[in-house]
Amino acid sequence: MKAFLDDWGLTILTFLPMAGALVVMTIPKINEGLIKAVTLLATLATAAMAALLLGWFSLDEAGSLQYVVDHSWIDVINSRYIMGLDGISLPLVLLTVLVVPLCVIYSFKHLPEPRNPKAFLSLLLILETGMVGTFVAQDLILFFVFFEVVLLPMYFMIGVWGGENRRYAAIKFFLYTLFGSALMLISFLALFFLADGTLAGLQEVNTFDMRALSEGATTAIARTSQLWIFAGMFLGFGVKVPIFPFHTWLPDAHTEAPTVGSVILAAVLLKLGTYGFVRIALPMLPEAAAAWAPVIGLLAVIGIIYGALGCLAQRDMKRLIAFSSVAHMGFVMLGIATMTDFGINAAVFGMVAHGLITGMLFFLAGSVKERYHTLDMSRLGGLLAQAPKMGWMLGFCAMASLGLPGLAGFWGEFPAILASYNPAGILSEVVFRSYMVVAAVGTVLAAGYLLWMLQKAAFGTPREEFANSPDIKDVTKWEYMAWAPMLVLIVALGFYPRLIHEASDPAVGESLVVNVGDEVYGCLEDEDGIDCFEDLRASSAARSQNS
Amino acid sequence: MYVSQFAVLAAVLFAMGVYGILVRRNGILVLMSVELILNSVNINLVAFGALRDSIAGEVFALFVITVAAAEVGVGLAIVLLIYRNRRSVDLSEMDLMKG
Amino acid sequence: MGWTTSAAAATQTTASVLAAETSEAAEEVLAASGWFLENAWLIPAFPALSFLLILFFGKRFPKRGSEIGILAVGASLVFALAAAIQWISEVNRADDKNAALDAVSTTWTWWQNGGINFTFGTLVDGLAVTLLVVVTIVSLLVHIYSTDYLADDRRYTHFFAFLSFFTASMLFFVLSENTLQMIVGWELVGVCSFVLIGHWWEEKPNSSAALKAMLTNRVGDIGLLVGVSVLFFAAGETFSVLELNERAISGNIEHLPLLVGACALTAAVLSKSGQFFLHTWLPDAMAGPTPVSALIHAATMVVAGVYLIARLYGVFFEGFAIAGSSVNLLAVIGGITTLVGASLAFVQRDIKRVLAYSTISQLGYMVLALGVGAWTAAVFHLFTHAFFKACLFLGSGSVSHAVHSFDMKSDMGGLRKYMPHTYRTFMIASLALAGLPPLAGFWSKDEILAGTGGWGLVGGTGGNGAYTVMLVMGLITAALTAAYMTRCVYLTFFGQYRGHGQPHESGPRIVVPLWILAVLAVGAGWLNLPPGFQLVPENWTERFGHFVEPNEALSYFPKIAHADPSWTLAILSAVVALAGIALAGRYYFGKVAAVSPSATELSDGMVARSSLAAAGHNLLVNKYYLDHLYSGVIAGGVKGPIARAAYKFNQDGIDKVVNEVGERAVQAGHFAYDVIDQKVVDGMVNSSGVAPQLAGEEIRRMQTGKVQTYAGIVFIAAALLALGFIVFL
Repeated sequence: MKAFLDDWGLTILTFLPMAGALVVMTIPKINEGLIKAVTLLATLATAAMAALLLGWFSLDEAGSLQYVVDHSWIDVINSRYIMGLDGISLPLVLLTVLVVPLCVIYSFKHLPEPRNPKAFLSLLLILETGMVGTFVAQDLILFFVFFEVVLLPMYFMIGVWGGENRRYAAIKFFLYTLFGSALMLISFLALFFLADGTLAGLQEVNTFDMRALSEGATTAIARTSQLWIFAGMFLGFGVKVPIFPFHTWLPDAHTEAPTVGSVILAAVLLKLGTYGFVRIALPMLPEAAAAWAPVIGLLAVIGIIYGALGCLAQRDMKRLIAFSSVAHMGFVMLGIATMTDFGINAAVFGMVAHGLITGMLFFLAGSVKERYHTLDMSRLGGLLAQAPKMGWMLGFCAMASLGLPGLAGFWGEFPAILASYNPAGILSEVVFRSYMVVAAVGTVLAAGYLLWMLQKAAFGTPREEFANSPDIKDVTKWEYMAWAPMLVLIVALGFYPRLIHEASDPAVGESLVVNVGDEVYGCLEDEDGIDCFEDLRASSAARSQNS
Repeated sequence: MYVSQFAVLAAVLFAMGVYGILVRRNGILVLMSVELILNSVNINLVAFGALRDSIAGEVFALFVITVAAAEVGVGLAIVLLIYRNRRSVDLSEMDLMKG
Repeated sequence: MGWTTSAAAATQTTASVLAAETSEAAEEVLAASGWFLENAWLIPAFPALSFLLILFFGKRFPKRGSEIGILAVGASLVFALAAAIQWISEVNRADDKNAALDAVSTTWTWWQNGGINFTFGTLVDGLAVTLLVVVTIVSLLVHIYSTDYLADDRRYTHFFAFLSFFTASMLFFVLSENTLQMIVGWELVGVCSFVLIGHWWEEKPNSSAALKAMLTNRVGDIGLLVGVSVLFFAAGETFSVLELNERAISGNIEHLPLLVGACALTAAVLSKSGQFFLHTWLPDAMAGPTPVSALIHAATMVVAGVYLIARLYGVFFEGFAIAGSSVNLLAVIGGITTLVGASLAFVQRDIKRVLAYSTISQLGYMVLALGVGAWTAAVFHLFTHAFFKACLFLGSGSVSHAVHSFDMKSDMGGLRKYMPHTYRTFMIASLALAGLPPLAGFWSKDEILAGTGGWGLVGGTGGNGAYTVMLVMGLITAALTAAYMTRCVYLTFFGQYRGHGQPHESGPRIVVPLWILAVLAVGAGWLNLPPGFQLVPENWTERFGHFVEPNEALSYFPKIAHADPSWTLAILSAVVALAGIALAGRYYFGKVAAVSPSATELSDGMVARSSLAAAGHNLLVNKYYLDHLYSGVIAGGVKGPIARAAYKFNQDGIDKVVNEVGERAVQAGHFAYDVIDQKVVDGMVNSSGVAPQLAGEEIRRMQTGKVQTYAGIVFIAAALLALGFIVFL
């Protein structure tokens, strides 16, 4: 079994949904039941595959890549088909394969207009392939391909099944992200040409192998070039996160997207950006990352405050939740900007927690909209009276989202604040401690807008226009099935955060401390890091010429 | 042997063909003009092949004739369909691709 | 799951800041052992389990879930008492060997980050055991009380679920082994408070009060998050309470981060324990059901801040240099709070609000005590206050149960005749609060006053530094407390009944808890009689301090000095309290009652005093109008401009700032969103699309759709290319 998983596990995991999509496409449109069944089966099979991989995953070696496959792919540009799973990818892969089946279950009874389950569900499956692929790819070109595969299904989902303003939102989403990825691709190419694979023990000089690139192949690149390459990646990943000021696509996309689209967007798609930082930008270009970190941290805390202020100005519940994503991803980015294993580990946890909590909030917003036909908070009210269970779930998720200890959100938020008290040695303590205080203020604002939303939507008595509406019923069976796993996980992770840390902590340590090498790590912890990196580059350049 | 005579002939035919394609509005006449261009090329191929004492020119010419036949076949079928739909083969009316 | 029991590192530091009483210095440190101490996690586990049971299955039970809650909290109480007994016997065992008893800490791995494993677990010592007992006793009584009080409530089951959850969270907080765990408990009790204040969320004021409580607490929580972070790194990456204290005391933490951390944590205490100037949420929190006010907003949750300071006393003691100064942040905050709270209590007409301000004032006492180094006095006051204040709150609930109102002036009066049990218990608790000997409040308050060590002339020599100002503040508050409780008691129980209908005494499920608490309000104080108290054997005195205060040989507790008991001070404080009662009594029982049995204020005489205060108060002539003008702002003028000014500052100053800040934040949000986000940022994005669009407009003209145009372009292009080849090649 282990041997089989080693050879085929990740490939099957990635392409199983795609195969499901192909099968769905051959089923006649009329046969809705079969289409839904096949989709669910495909996503469940993927989840089962992921469970198998988890079962054979060695937690003791969570820091190193497992199930690695490495085959030649595009020889002309030395791009290889490399996949692998480590403790950073694992939680995110699991999150993805969990959320997608739940979305499918939810779609059974809540398919947005203009229906067409065949197209909708096949897009969902293709999306899953893209997302899982991004998290397991270990070659920059492969990563890029999967990264882009995600884009198109989402575009169609928003553009076809979205709200009134869907075309605008869809195009905005598409162009924004494409713009980012274009710059990102340039950065990848620059790495290909400038990095020296032989420094990391490869045969080839030019390589897209992510493992080699994060293990020292980039040390000989001149500082200025590194800064520019990092800037390109920063834009590519930053748009996806989204970091202030590249966030304006997000509220529109979320508001217009169908419920399932919003859930996937919040739960997984945003994480592609932060994952890119953790997996690619930081380990490959630690020096440039250290130079950019204060800027990233600043934008992150601006995002925290700014997103919260944006929330306070909203009338539309879904838009409010969308803006809250900006704030929460700000905490994740703050953790990453500290450049410590502590902070990055917090970021990984924050990604999963935000995925679960905000995904859940979007589910709820979708269901509220279905019942009230509006999300205008000045018209809502009394949800607790009309649909008590749903009201409590909303309250629960609001509490989770505002970072209540004992629920998942806290473990992304507090450790990020904690980490920014003590960033990597190369970074200024004063600057990051100021960020810490600002971020802590952000937690108050978060409580402000979430409780305000709760008061508007859930408390009070229902308005007359909805008082006797027959549409308003409590949580249905299908909604329970789709939501229960997420709710349980929010509590479980909140009480026992080690569920994720056990995998992510060694992996973060490995990628930040071990893989980059003692010298690089030493420079990161050195107050005169710039000089230190300069020396390191000189010695690398010498080695590079010798070989 | 004077290649230039053949070349001049081919050039004249080619120019007539181009003129026909650009100016005539009748679809069938445009197709015929295309034939003219192809045949002007054929003349060139044969002539230069003979000049260089190579069989390649004739082979290519035969190949072009075959392709031309196929092209006319498809082209005429399209024109016929257009005629059926619109009762006209006036090319200036066909601007569905207008941006 | 494997677990380990370890005693705190027993490094005995010899450097004593102050001359300690050498007779008590123990030779060695003994590790405490005992099943109930090591398995203390069971105590919060019972109510936690009951929360889940009630939440999911409560409605199916015959008593709609309340019996599960009572059972669980009862079990917790038994276990807490067992732990207390075991602790006491362990202390006695240690005494026999002339040893100090170390805290019992049981830990599990909780999470890991940056390669460090973090633990969670339980930390049991005298302090924790005290709180366990207090919380479980009051919680159990409140549970029983609520079965009657909320019998017809629309969300009865849900109420009990959250009562259980609160108890579990509070016990979890009390047992915290590290500061991170404390944050968890701290926030969880906050959420329970939010849910329970907003129990009747259909009405906007209730949900607004809940929101206000939560948000004010979140403001303080900034301090908690920052403080814990600062201390974590300053102490060398540890959250452990014992290690933090140890390192703070042994000087391993630099003073600056220690001070910053202590200040930040103080901010957290401000909000949670209702200290000036973040106390405004507490009176509003009275919107919740009365049992909630008794349990959460009087006896337990609000003392979380006090407990935090007591738990991390090493940090605060060293951070604020309590031993060597005569003024520090904690003492000042406590002093101001105690005065502000007491003066505001005068002007309330809602009986629960009187008690809420009184709670603020008494919490101020505790913080003051901790600020002056009187650790044991603070914890002891926490202990006694929990009983008599819970008794008062439950008593006020019993009254409102009978008259369906909380308004003392319009709906109460003369209830003494109708509700004898409520009246008697309320009287006992009031006298305990006022600090009359030999009731509980007297002993604990007197210890605090002695602990300030102010003024050698009254005999107190605290030894931690002479906090004379704090002593004065404490004495003034003592008088004020006695006076406002006299007013409260008069308005509620004396004079003539002013409400509607026929009030009647509450049922046994309400009265029995009241009597239990009243007995405790009398007797709790005797647990810590001052040394040298002649009427009892010497080994009966200072029992509480002996068992609760960590022995000074322990490295996690600072070397605090103890005040000598002072007869002068004890008599002085009793006299002051009596004077308060006498003054207020003369006013109400004498003058007001003389006007009419149903009068609540003196209508003449007020004019004279008010016109002294401000010209605009001529309206006071009209008493009816004055009552409606509420705020008690003007009515407060009767008791002097201080209370009035303080309340005005409270409502119009602080509260307005809070509201303003909220409104401004929303406005800033609108600005950021409407102007910056939508116009500037988004505008740039949109305009970046304009240029390609214009270009496209031009280029599309070439797209005629005619085959011949395309062919023409192709030919021209080919011709140009050919020309190019000929010319350049």
